[in-house]
Amino acid sequence: MKNRSLVSINDYSTDNISEILRRTELFEKKPVQKILDGKVVATLFFEPSTRTRLSFESAVNKLGGKVIGFTDSSSSSVSKGESLKDTIKTVANYCDLIVMRHPLEGSAKYASELSKVPIINAGDGANQHPTQTLLDMYSIIKTQGTLQNLNIFLVGDLKYGRTVHSLLMAMSRYNPVFNFISHEKLRIPDEYKMYLNNIGIKYYEHSEFEKIQYADILYMTRVQKERFSDPMEYEKTKDTYILKNDMLNDTKDNLRILHPLPRVTEVDNDVDENRKAYYFDQALNGVFTRQAIISSILDIKPENDTN
Amino acid sequence: MPKEKKLMVNAIKDGTVIDHIPAKHLFKVISILGLDKIKTTITFGTNLESDKLGKKAIIKISEVFFEDQDINKIALITQEAQLNIIKNYEVVEKKPVRIPDFVVGIAKCVNPKCITNNENMLTRFTIVDKKDIALKCEYCEKITDKEHIKILKN
Repeated sequence: MKNRSLVSINDYSTDNISEILRRTELFEKKPVQKILDGKVVATLFFEPSTRTRLSFESAVNKLGGKVIGFTDSSSSSVSKGESLKDTIKTVANYCDLIVMRHPLEGSAKYASELSKVPIINAGDGANQHPTQTLLDMYSIIKTQGTLQNLNIFLVGDLKYGRTVHSLLMAMSRYNPVFNFISHEKLRIPDEYKMYLNNIGIKYYEHSEFEKIQYADILYMTRVQKERFSDPMEYEKTKDTYILKNDMLNDTKDNLRILHPLPRVTEVDNDVDENRKAYYFDQALNGVFTRQAIISSILDIKPENDTN
Repeated sequence: MPKEKKLMVNAIKDGTVIDHIPAKHLFKVISILGLDKIKTTITFGTNLESDKLGKKAIIKISEVFFEDQDINKIALITQEAQLNIIKNYEVVEKKPVRIPDFVVGIAKCVNPKCITNNENMLTRFTIVDKKDIALKCEYCEKITDKEHIKILKN
């Protein structure tokens, strides 16, 4: 993986993923280690995403590296009409690694072709967000002890939700059963169902919250208002797919609730105190996972790595 | 009769004849192959009667021989076309167009939010369905199907 960009989760083999998960655990055990001394990481956020940016910057800081960059394109030369090509070609001279978030799909792939330093895709439009997928996978393996043979429930916006699509593709390698819970307008696209059919992975679709007593992972996502042309329908949908604490009574002991955050109303606040709620720990895992990805791409060993 | 035939489209000595182009696709073929930039003699005929296609077009390009990968680009819009290689007025080789595995800089991505529609750069597609023609963008990963294929101007 030396000097290789991470544009799409599909760039990583199962071995690559295992290596990232192994390293993530090392950083969880020892989060502060100055292995990036003298390294500069550029965080180019062509659209704002505070959570993701802070997570990356926290990861770099804990590793002793320096961060340069911009937080949205209005404060950069992009607002003067500079092309992505020129921005990347220029910034690649100032740093050892570029983390970029961009509203256009395929932008990270294009940047990786132009840049002399590796690119980490921190989200390109509705397309890919691979570091989110890897931190989700770390949260799964950490709470379940395995990635294999799990019953994974995906809830909410399954049509447009990019985290859902990437997680589905990545977890398909580990023989899961999927359960999809969504409004009929937000169902998982046919191409993913076809993919699962082709590789022989079982899945079930539900229009209501049901069968969650069988779940190992309940992955909740936000339903965005702009997906509905009719505001009434949005209000109804929003209320149908709210997870409340009393719904968790008969669920499995090992069940954990994940959410990529930000949450709006889909997970009721009364769930937060339940020990099965895992979304804030998941966000913390995001920092360790990004430490693992950065160190792996720059080919720098964690101090506590005995391999 | 012989006089009329001669007036239609003249024979060429050496070069390439692209025959059986559906008439409505003639100008797209010209654009894809960049024929507007070729300096040698080119003759076209269009709206010619054809049993197979109704109205067909034909292009004769003197002293130019295409690489397979170039000529196969036109398969995106017409798979009926037939290529004749002419040497010394004789057809020395006939070949059908074949759909390539990959096309660069020919088609436009259907996704308005794709980087290729917003930067000055070449498009790249893998052809994921050769039967019904479906292109997968190497950048945004979206599928452009046959109905939505737009050919970029050179």
